[in-house]
Amino acid sequence: MSGELQHYDLPFWKKYIFSQDHKVIGIQYGITALIFLFFGFLLMLLMRWQLAYPGQPLPVIGKWFGEANMPDGVMLPEFYNQLGAMHGTIMVFLGVVPLAVGAFGNYLVPLQIGAPDMAFPKLNMASFWVYFVGGVIMLVSFFVPGGAANSGWTSYPPLANIATTGQTYWLLGMVFLITSSLLGSVNTITTIFQLRAPGLSFFRLPFFVWGQLIAAFLLLLAFPPLEAAGVMQLMDRVFHTSFFMPTGLMISGQPLDISGGGSVLLWQHLFWFLAHPEVYVLILPAMGIVTEIITNNSRKPLNGHKLMIYSVIFLGFMSFIVWAHHMFLTGMGTAISTFFQATTMIISIPSVIILSYLFITLWGGSIRFNTPMLFALAFLPMFGIGGLTGLPLGLSTSDIHLHDTYYVIAHFHYVVAPGTIFALFAGIYYWFPKATGRRMNELLGKIHFWPSFIFMNVIFMPMFIQGLAGVSRRLYDGGASYDFAQGVLHLNKISTHGAWGLAIVQIPFIINFVWSIFKGQKVESDNPWEATTLEWAAPNCPPHGNFLKPVKAYRGPYEYSVPGAKKDFSPQFEEHT
Amino acid sequence: MDFTKFFPLPVVASAHGHEVDLVIYLIHALMFVLFLGWGFFFIFTLIRFRKGKNPKASYTGVKNHISSYVEVGVALFEAMILIGLSIPFWSKQVNAFPTRTDTMEVRIVAEQFAWNVHYPGPDKKFGKADPKFYDKQSNPLALDRQDPNGKDDVVTINQLYLPIGNPVIIHLTSRDVIHCFSVPAMRVKQDILPGMSIPLWFTPTKRGKYEIACAQLCGIGHYRMKGYLTVESQEEFDSWLAQQISANAESGGDDDFWN
Repeated sequence: MSGELQHYDLPFWKKYIFSQDHKVIGIQYGITALIFLFFGFLLMLLMRWQLAYPGQPLPVIGKWFGEANMPDGVMLPEFYNQLGAMHGTIMVFLGVVPLAVGAFGNYLVPLQIGAPDMAFPKLNMASFWVYFVGGVIMLVSFFVPGGAANSGWTSYPPLANIATTGQTYWLLGMVFLITSSLLGSVNTITTIFQLRAPGLSFFRLPFFVWGQLIAAFLLLLAFPPLEAAGVMQLMDRVFHTSFFMPTGLMISGQPLDISGGGSVLLWQHLFWFLAHPEVYVLILPAMGIVTEIITNNSRKPLNGHKLMIYSVIFLGFMSFIVWAHHMFLTGMGTAISTFFQATTMIISIPSVIILSYLFITLWGGSIRFNTPMLFALAFLPMFGIGGLTGLPLGLSTSDIHLHDTYYVIAHFHYVVAPGTIFALFAGIYYWFPKATGRRMNELLGKIHFWPSFIFMNVIFMPMFIQGLAGVSRRLYDGGASYDFAQGVLHLNKISTHGAWGLAIVQIPFIINFVWSIFKGQKVESDNPWEATTLEWAAPNCPPHGNFLKPVKAYRGPYEYSVPGAKKDFSPQFEEHT
Repeated sequence: MDFTKFFPLPVVASAHGHEVDLVIYLIHALMFVLFLGWGFFFIFTLIRFRKGKNPKASYTGVKNHISSYVEVGVALFEAMILIGLSIPFWSKQVNAFPTRTDTMEVRIVAEQFAWNVHYPGPDKKFGKADPKFYDKQSNPLALDRQDPNGKDDVVTINQLYLPIGNPVIIHLTSRDVIHCFSVPAMRVKQDILPGMSIPLWFTPTKRGKYEIACAQLCGIGHYRMKGYLTVESQEEFDSWLAQQISANAESGGDDDFWN
């Protein structure tokens, strides 16, 4: 069946635009998400100018942003708040998750389980295009009166309810993005359950597929509450219902013409019921990528493979019952805060286990330091910092001081930026030969890696210090008007300069990426990294249908350096090694 | 060497502040130990098992269970902080409100972008408020001037005065959006949710003028929603309060009291 499919010559628009091939869709997701990632980063660069040099005109380009946003190049707080809300939204919902789940999940899951495609190719296509529409709505929102959403990526009512039109676009955009994720997650789950190659039992699945499977369950179960909440906020804004609006509100001295009786806390519960599992949607695919690359480049089986699988399942379950640790300061009683502190401490254990086993896997290996490995290795301590700094935020007592300070910003950026995004870079360098038949340049890769690694820390490490000093996040002037912030204010400049540096060193990556597609060194083998999982059984640039002959799994996914074998890797797809 | 010197925490000016800091120090100690342990293991492993040094990888790898012991240790330490410190502290802060007779009570009504402070005055009774009396300039707290309990009430904007050593209960409400009452030096931070009145208590123990910050994005003026908390002696506080009350009385009695 899969063989026959290749004989059809599809017209261009069916092959590359409205494609039903999981690989083309994966690449569509990947390119779109990378562009959004870069765009979200540019928004942050603008904000970082204002934070480091509050009230000073941005030279040269400052005037391009219009009188309503940056008159004479000086940023207005209105614009700063838009940038803040949209940076978060774009990075999470349009950049990192679509890249980790939409791109890597789509491209690799069918290949790694030996399937010809996803279970529902049309659903897959719909998922991408719904995501695309959601992204366009988010971008368009910058141009409506009052600009884009400006109430934070968390969109807490009543502020979001009374915000400018951009918030309505934000909600509409979110409805599309959530729908896209739901379509994608149903597809991933069905594919993994139904289309595994013969012999590929659940314990023989690569850890990457496990990460995608659990992430898909999280999306499937946690996103509907936010979609409902989004529709409710939309109704509050458009039809003047009061789901999130209590009685007696006065805005700038005028009583608000609403019925009232709603609850501002309801939104927070519904939002964080998604947004906490969302953190694991960001991190599990990253852990999966890192696991593949570390085992491959240390030429060693994964230590504690089963325990890691149990940990990731447990992590998935637990991630549904920790959400209110984002809400310790909303007036929470002892019973509830005890529950959420306890679950938060408990969820740290499987994370520690997974990270420990990745460290331990290196012991006894024969470690190759290529670019994907460098990024994967850097993920470990960076995610380590991000994870560990979650502990003081997860204890309600220390959270009193650290809540909503720069400590929080530093914490989750360590998880996502030098954590997840480094893992995604690692994945791009690692699977590039499979997708294009060419390698990315190693020298440019290293020029990309080392400064990125340094600049990430230059940007985010100072924020821990600012947070401990008590500086709040989301301040338009970066804390300049507070006396207690004066001692740590100079760190704003360091972070900003680090962000410039980080921007500059992405240039070698962009050059490398584009150049290598056309001119990169060709790989002769279908398995250039001498890896063991099923995707390496497919030819490079796999055709529609993926595999030239049916594949079968004969062993576990990480059989490296097996005693008695002829070579130091024993692929799942080879019966005798 | 004093471990706590590494932390740029603001000065502590409240009775419970050191308990918050203790949890911060202990949990960071755990984090440092874990990170350094992992870090040394990591770097040693990368050097020891690089391809040039170790061309043939081991199939079995680590056989011992040291990492399991580490994880049990981490879990126990976390449990200790949680059960020994954090839960009892929280329970004290949210359930055991002070009942001493010298406990101060204050209301704060937050709005975009100001802190309206309402003192009950010597009678310790807050005057009634109703939104229909609201006037941004003259009556930001929407107080009912006919209410006898409100005769001796004192209202300030962005200025909170408290006597040293007395526990204070602050009732926090918001007129418009969510704000967050944060005084880093007092180690207090509490979201203020419209539609709810949330009490908060602490005991200031150090004289001085401290900043009150809004810690929850509340609109374009969020960054400048700043107030001051002045902690002074009981005598200074009493004379300040008396002065405010007499100033109110002098400004014309009942009818133009608020103008």
